[in-house]
Amino acid sequence: MEPFTSVSAVAVPLDAVNIDTDRVIPARFLHRPRGPEYAGLLFHDVRFDEDGRERADFIMNQPAFREARVIVAADNFGCGSSREHAVWALAAYGIRVVIAPSFGDIFFNNCFKVGVLPVVVPGETAAALRRQLHAMPGASITVDLESQTLTGPDGARIPFTVDPFRRQGLLRGEDEIALTLGHEAAIAEFERRHADEEPWLAVERHP
Amino acid sequence: MSAAPRTLFEKIWSRHVVTEGGGGMSLLYIDRLLMHDGAVHTFDRLRKAGRTIRRPEAIAATADHYVPTATGPGGGIAEPAIRGMVTEMARHTGELRIPYFGPGDARQGIVHVMGPEQGFTLPGITLVCGDSHTATHGAFGCLAFGIGASELEHVLATSCLWQRKPRAMRIRVDGVRPPGVAAKDVILAVIAAISAAGGTGHVIEYAGAAIAAMSMDERMTVCNMSIEAGARAGMVAPDATTYAYLEGRPFAPAGAGWMAARAYWETLPSDEGAVFDTEVALAAAALAPTVTWGTSPQEALPITGRVPDPGETADPARRAAIERMLAYMGLAANTPLTAIKVDRVFIGSCTNSRLEDLRSAAAVVRGRRVVVPAWVVAGSGLVKRAAEAEGLDRIFREAGFEWREPGCSMCIGMNGDTGRPGERVASTSNRNFEGRQGKGVRTHLMSPAMAAAAAVTGRLTDVRALAGEPR
Repeated sequence: MEPFTSVSAVAVPLDAVNIDTDRVIPARFLHRPRGPEYAGLLFHDVRFDEDGRERADFIMNQPAFREARVIVAADNFGCGSSREHAVWALAAYGIRVVIAPSFGDIFFNNCFKVGVLPVVVPGETAAALRRQLHAMPGASITVDLESQTLTGPDGARIPFTVDPFRRQGLLRGEDEIALTLGHEAAIAEFERRHADEEPWLAVERHP
Repeated sequence: MSAAPRTLFEKIWSRHVVTEGGGGMSLLYIDRLLMHDGAVHTFDRLRKAGRTIRRPEAIAATADHYVPTATGPGGGIAEPAIRGMVTEMARHTGELRIPYFGPGDARQGIVHVMGPEQGFTLPGITLVCGDSHTATHGAFGCLAFGIGASELEHVLATSCLWQRKPRAMRIRVDGVRPPGVAAKDVILAVIAAISAAGGTGHVIEYAGAAIAAMSMDERMTVCNMSIEAGARAGMVAPDATTYAYLEGRPFAPAGAGWMAARAYWETLPSDEGAVFDTEVALAAAALAPTVTWGTSPQEALPITGRVPDPGETADPARRAAIERMLAYMGLAANTPLTAIKVDRVFIGSCTNSRLEDLRSAAAVVRGRRVVVPAWVVAGSGLVKRAAEAEGLDRIFREAGFEWREPGCSMCIGMNGDTGRPGERVASTSNRNFEGRQGKGVRTHLMSPAMAAAAAVTGRLTDVRALAGEPR
């Protein structure tokens, strides 16, 4: 996983609430293995028309926002399906940070596995950032994970928190499976106790 | 000395913590894992990373997302990339000795129908699957939630997951459901009440007389859509209904194991006085058959209602959201819901494709004719067989329904089962998102009986009003 330390880049405001992962990437693309072509699948059906041409009314197609690496969204971004493909599409496109008042729980977890940073800020803060970005198209936001602060287009510094475990994982670009395998003794010990407590869970031979 | 009263969720959570990772993250042990064909690439990624599967015996797999429902089971997938999702699933599970109920096996079906049906889902366990509707399994009083591809790799390699402990929410549905009000209506009303983000960060326990009175099929419908309320998991305390369902199922414990398991399971229900972070209460008596009109499951109203008027909303963000939804859905404000014509009907999905769902739809359909294309897609081969043994397939076919093979089908359309752009679908599935049932398709969510009523009238219909009509 690509480590995340800090990003300073153009930010794009997405005003709609409840942007679901079906909207981020439609289901018909999900059989494709993860790869760079996921960049072209991001927001596919709102980004492109029937003939594959960019829709001018989609904000990320507008010249000022084409280099966006940060999204400022509204409530419940990434709700719905568990598809990690939604984060793969964001990452392939170049999005490193999504700032929103709340996220779908599974999407939120998936972000950390891929190296995209989800930042939770109060609803009014997110709304104010989106207003600034609409007023100054192409303005940048700086997000620093080390100090857990973001700097809005108006220069205001806004603190945020990421839980220490995930923050360390992102800063180091950690291989979480390797980290967990380091706890093998504890896992094996747990399994022995658990098997004593609930012996009926053992499935030795499948029906 | 008496311990502090604990919730059902707290009891299961604390029993599965292997170690703490600092900052509130726990390494949670995962008892069981369900897999479907949509997750087939995970095997390749795992192999490429040089990892092995820690406990293949804790896994059961099926094919549901990509299987065709049109013809006989198996085969018949024209697109090689899609066909590969199913054939590769058979190959990988065969090599890894993971039990696989694939096309041609009567046990094949939607993963959230198959797991409970096989008794693989048990009270008290932790269970995950790479699918957000894994919440379904919580109907058995276990902690079951959906995970992404990387988390799936992690569980395969370690039998564990790093998780932050969610908060506990209890939703009580008190009293008795009125006639004509289905489990689907209960959960749609719950989501409308707490919003699509209302359960974010929470595990929901459904309680109260109306939940306790539900069958397992009904409890699964309710828990299934917990994710549509933002919660990764929904649960119902195990009781006599749960045990009666599970006893004798292939993976369920038997003999002395069954007695020991049952004794433990009986300790699981939330203790008297257990404290929840959030409490919500609904009166079952106030519920009515419910349909969605918008593109989020929270946009649900009683069938007696009208399409909302954005002009009546003071909040500009909400007004814009309603306007966008009305435009996508092709609806005019203030239209009575029963005046909305539908082009197609889909009865199926992990929400509503079990035997009782098909029975309730068939009861409406019997002796009537559909006026729009209408499908029934049973949740599994076993559900399909059981329905056929009762003659339900004949009722559906005689009414003009297509009686199809099991799979996720038109709930998500990954196998090509989609509507056409602009088509309006009365659907028993779980998501009415833009494009969910095909590009430009407009979805109205409802119960199987309500979908059946829409199929025979060609419009959204109050199934209670249809009851008195001649067949």
